[in-house]
Amino acid sequence: MAKEYVKVRADFLPDGQIRPLMFRKEDGEKVIIDRVLDVRPAPALKAGGQGVRYVCRAEERIYYLFLDRERWFVEEE
Amino acid sequence: MSRVILHVDANCFYASVECLYRPELKGKPVAVCGDPAARHGIVLTANYPAKKCGVHVGQAVWQALQLCPELVTVAPDYGLYTHFSALMRNIWLDYSDRVEAFGLDESWIDVSRPDMTVAKGVRLADEIRERVKRELGITVSIGVAENKVFAKLGSDMKKPDGTTGIYPETFREKIWPLPANELLYVGKSTTSSLRRLGILTIGDLARADSRVLKGALGKNGLLLQAFALGLDASPVMKAEHNAVVKSVGNSTTTCRDIATVDDARCVFFLLAESVAARMREQGLKGRCISISIRETNLSRASCQMMLPSPTFLTDDLIHGACTLFEQNFPHRLPLRSVGLSCSHLTPADAPRQMSFCGDEKRILQREKLDAAVDDLRRRYGHNIIQRGNVVGDKDFSLLSPKEENTIHPVPFFAG
Repeated sequence: MAKEYVKVRADFLPDGQIRPLMFRKEDGEKVIIDRVLDVRPAPALKAGGQGVRYVCRAEERIYYLFLDRERWFVEEE
Repeated sequence: MSRVILHVDANCFYASVECLYRPELKGKPVAVCGDPAARHGIVLTANYPAKKCGVHVGQAVWQALQLCPELVTVAPDYGLYTHFSALMRNIWLDYSDRVEAFGLDESWIDVSRPDMTVAKGVRLADEIRERVKRELGITVSIGVAENKVFAKLGSDMKKPDGTTGIYPETFREKIWPLPANELLYVGKSTTSSLRRLGILTIGDLARADSRVLKGALGKNGLLLQAFALGLDASPVMKAEHNAVVKSVGNSTTTCRDIATVDDARCVFFLLAESVAARMREQGLKGRCISISIRETNLSRASCQMMLPSPTFLTDDLIHGACTLFEQNFPHRLPLRSVGLSCSHLTPADAPRQMSFCGDEKRILQREKLDAAVDDLRRRYGHNIIQRGNVVGDKDFSLLSPKEENTIHPVPFFAG
């Protein structure tokens, strides 16, 4: 599976945490995140890479959104 | 209270990180290699499938490809490895504040506390290994022992992804049959000195007559024997101790051989600019200049000189390096690589004894000039301003040693 870097809109909370709200895929599709289910450092074994992994539920699907240093990429379940 | 120390070694570190970032390489033999075009064409790290074919660290890329034609060679990405090293370090710091790095991929962690034993250390090491795998996607091997030297030996025993405990009751059976050269600090020449004394294993070293060892190897002989007996008492330096800098240096293997004294001067100009700029950046001045050379047959030599007062001026370093070279090495040309370093460091703002005879005005002018050059390079890149004698030589003028970041393990007894 190809690694897809995405444009992310997020809240930067006063305690330093980041909460992604939505992201836009390369083909322009906008995905609005309903809920962040889990946040932890993890490897992206399918797309390749590592970062802080946000398990996100959006439109009945699960997306793995990774923040690797300054860039975001997405891995679909 | 006896100590419990973990030594963590990331398995095939550079290659593992590359494979993690490129899942298409999974299962293939992979080697991270220097750039053959720039004559840095050696294997820096190979993964396990490549090692099975006989590929090993330090081998020329062409030799590795002969042994393993399907080998995938990858250029190193030191920025990524440094990032991973920092991620690992943050994990270690959750378990102890006494963490000492040994290069990017190895660290000692002192987890001693009153109720800690090697057996408990092994369980803790297993937990750490699982955590690294889960969070970072790479594997580490961990050695657990009562001293740093045995912990390091332990981390080499189960690869990849294993923990080895070296227990005080049984270390003789586990460690003493190993060849002497596996011990930290036993390099090529020490191994042959030991062999002449009939010492082949770590056990032989432990049982040897200490007077004979002292005669053959001096104080180091006794130190190595203490290592073999499990009496290494060197502490794990606390995190902040790693920041102590003992010398600032740079070396470079040039695109073509350094054939003439002028070539050598040109490369020393570049190295001196880099070393002096880094010293100014870190707020340090040095009093001892050392240069090292490597001939085309890979033999090495070095020499050094003391300056009358500490300096971080580019011109002083250039003058020192060129003088050392011209006095000691012109007959050893052509050279493959040269290095320059400055030690006996003091803080740049430390009070300085001014001289009646010295040219204080010149020093102030030079400091201003160097600061202006640093500022230009910071804003517009290294090549915005260059020395006249360097510009003419295309092979050398493109070198930017300060930006080409090389990472070497810190010495064992640093600090």
